[in-house]
Amino acid sequence: MTNSIAEIEDADVILITGTNTTENHPIIAHSIKRAVERGTAKLIVVDPRRIDLVDQANYWLRQRPGTDIAWLNGLLHWIVKKNLHDKNFIEERCEGFAELAAELENYPPERVEEITGIPAAEIRAAAELIGRADRASFLYAMGITQHITGTDNVKAIANLAMVTGNVGRWGTGVNPLRGQNNVQGACDMGALPNVLPGYAPVADPEARKTFAAAWGADKLPDTPGLTATEIMPAAHEGKVRGLYILGENPVISDANAGHAEEALRKLDFLVVEDIFLTETARLAHVVLPGASWAEKDGTFTNTERRVQLVRAAIEPVGNSFPDWRIIQRLAQLMGVRFDYSSPEQIFNEIRRVVPSYAGISYARIEREGGLQWPCPNIDHPGTPFLHAGGFKRGKGLLTPVKHLPPAEQPDAEYPLVLTTGRVQYHYHTGSMTRRCRSLNTLAPEAILEMNPADATGIGIADGDRVAVFSRRGSITTRAGITERVPPGVVFTSFHFSESPVNRLTNDALDPIAKIPELKVCAVRVEKT
Amino acid sequence: MTTTTAAEKKIIAVTIDGTPVGVPEGSTILDAAQKAGARIPTLCHHPSLAPIGSCRVCLVSVAGVDRPATACNTQALAGMAITTRSEGLFNLRREVIKMILAHHPLNCTPCPLNGDCRLQDMAYEYDLTTFDFSEYLLKTVEFPWKAFSTPILDYHPRRCILCGRCVKVCAEIRGLGAITMNGAGAHTVVEPVMADRESQSRCISCGECMRICPVNAIEERMGSAKGKPWETTKTQTTCTYCGVGCQLDLNVVGGRVVGVTTRDDVGVNRGRLCSKGRFGYTFIHSPDRLSRPLVRNAAGELEETTWTTALTLVAREFRRIRDNHGPQALAALSSARCTNEENYLFQRLARQVFGTNNVDHCARL
Repeated sequence: MTNSIAEIEDADVILITGTNTTENHPIIAHSIKRAVERGTAKLIVVDPRRIDLVDQANYWLRQRPGTDIAWLNGLLHWIVKKNLHDKNFIEERCEGFAELAAELENYPPERVEEITGIPAAEIRAAAELIGRADRASFLYAMGITQHITGTDNVKAIANLAMVTGNVGRWGTGVNPLRGQNNVQGACDMGALPNVLPGYAPVADPEARKTFAAAWGADKLPDTPGLTATEIMPAAHEGKVRGLYILGENPVISDANAGHAEEALRKLDFLVVEDIFLTETARLAHVVLPGASWAEKDGTFTNTERRVQLVRAAIEPVGNSFPDWRIIQRLAQLMGVRFDYSSPEQIFNEIRRVVPSYAGISYARIEREGGLQWPCPNIDHPGTPFLHAGGFKRGKGLLTPVKHLPPAEQPDAEYPLVLTTGRVQYHYHTGSMTRRCRSLNTLAPEAILEMNPADATGIGIADGDRVAVFSRRGSITTRAGITERVPPGVVFTSFHFSESPVNRLTNDALDPIAKIPELKVCAVRVEKT
Repeated sequence: MTTTTAAEKKIIAVTIDGTPVGVPEGSTILDAAQKAGARIPTLCHHPSLAPIGSCRVCLVSVAGVDRPATACNTQALAGMAITTRSEGLFNLRREVIKMILAHHPLNCTPCPLNGDCRLQDMAYEYDLTTFDFSEYLLKTVEFPWKAFSTPILDYHPRRCILCGRCVKVCAEIRGLGAITMNGAGAHTVVEPVMADRESQSRCISCGECMRICPVNAIEERMGSAKGKPWETTKTQTTCTYCGVGCQLDLNVVGGRVVGVTTRDDVGVNRGRLCSKGRFGYTFIHSPDRLSRPLVRNAAGELEETTWTTALTLVAREFRRIRDNHGPQALAALSSARCTNEENYLFQRLARQVFGTNNVDHCARL
């Protein structure tokens, strides 16, 4: 998030899209709800599903899945047309407006209606609401990014925020809601193939020199590596032969999971470190028992860049060990002396090599209750919102982006669009929450949401067992007949290994972010 | 014109038990008393909720006013002379608490709050025992077990003191209004709100009602173990689920996590949690937890082994692949579930020890 969670309640207009906030980030959903009920904020929801927050929304724009650039450009088209753009901000802080404006010409509300299904009048009204707001906050999640146009979708949101001057101020911002406890931190720490910790490019010789010196290494590899979504195909082709998986379950979570499983089976050597014998761990040559979150010390960085402490409440269960100890031991056995005595010592090294973490210490977090990076020195209070005086690159780049339909379209054989997400009672592949009796009581199985218009034609009633087929695989699940999804679209969650929906999803990738198009694929549903 | 903020509010002067104290206009008598350091008992009052004024244990007297006032929802006015302690007030409060305890059983032993319970403390402070209720000759109302708004919580009508906090928190903080008070007199209970018999409860099982209940009338139904306050240690940590990073306390008894509680004024969540944060802890002691390393044997099955055997094998195999096929034949998938420190070490392992940038994590999934 460019801004903080606490700021959401101070926005005049909140636009949420591709985030079913109530299910995925319940605490943030409360803030949104409270702001709307207090009457200080107007809410725009853009989602194909009638998610709970639609009840609070002033406008609900129901787009067809995979048409986000069209409506985002459409909003901007109308904002510029009505002269509601922030000329000062564009002039002083941005570049590329002329090119963007030229592209926006192609997205008048009527054409946007044709592409997205959102009535032109709603586009105009929502655009004017955003254009006239003093502070607008844009919230999104994987519903925006898990498309082959994921990167451009985000750019379209950034364009909207910059052109309306909603960046760099309290209560505004481009705010991705991150779905996993430490996905922000894992990125910050360089668990990415193209950057070292602190986002220093691996191709930058100076950066490599800094880290080589810190680690006592002769040299570090200089070409960007493979992303998670590229590692699986590489394993399939025999290019990757050994894989070390830490706390992930790609057999359930990867798009086209059947293919991912085949790839894992082809490896010469697979090591999985986890707290449970997950579907992925079952394929491993060696399984290493890690300690759970309740058993270790360290830090997580939340969605608003706040670094917070994780504290061990109990000793590691059984003969498991915290992951840092296991990694350190393995490095030593492979001939490199990792020599840390505690997570705090590792963190203090991080502070020396990642400038945005330099001012954050365990003692300060303890005292001040978490600090938001960038926090460059020990006297710095942390940064609630980014880009206050300027952008890191200088001027904010407005990039024209074009609508591109999803990689797979429904057809006669696979007539429905499948989209996926989470339910609030479970987390990801369910390895933890499915083992919590309370939570599993609340949501014991996957439900395929289906519109009555689609269900009745093929004789499916609420609660029926159904089989779902795509070009990549099939699953069985239970149908829930509901108007929550529009005709032509079905939805289910990916928590349940009994109904592993990612056997169906499409692994077509966004060319830049290499994110799979998990949110749109074509399927057929049959009664079993 | 700028709007008036709390800081700019007019300060008014009152006296609490003769001590002068200044409070911002609009403060309650309870606020003023707390500022003056006077201790007034409360049950239904909670700082995150609007005043309820239902339990009446916070009675005080105001000079010139003939009836006692409830401190939690009476506004302090300039010049008010407030008495918080007197024999008359003691007796009044004692009667109020007695009425509550006539309904709420005083068999504290089986209650997990025993030792950390305001009502129990009040019974002690106001010198009340079960013998004090015999004069009323009350017939105990028996309540048959009924399902609450969610199958994961149990509601105990006998314990419930009908303070209304749970109903308020559900409506005010969660904006749901999934529970309400039904019935009259001694038969009043908190029940799920249902539009009709068939409709589903609006409850999202966040457990906020359970957190805010002062007397443990709402209880986790499928909790893993029990522990009394004096044997429970609470460790503040960051929730392991989504990216919001709520702060919570893991409650530990005898080396086992037995529950999750929160502190009202801590973290981005300020005491709130969702169902996963509050009830998603029992996996920690699941019998499925891996406790020893596993290695695939000659028959192709995973079997338990020692750390030395497992890690020596891993080091040997990764080294063999690196030496025979080059570092790019190795890859490492880190985890957004793990800490910053672990992710940092893991990418260091991939880059420095494996010699590859083939390191990524599940950010895209």
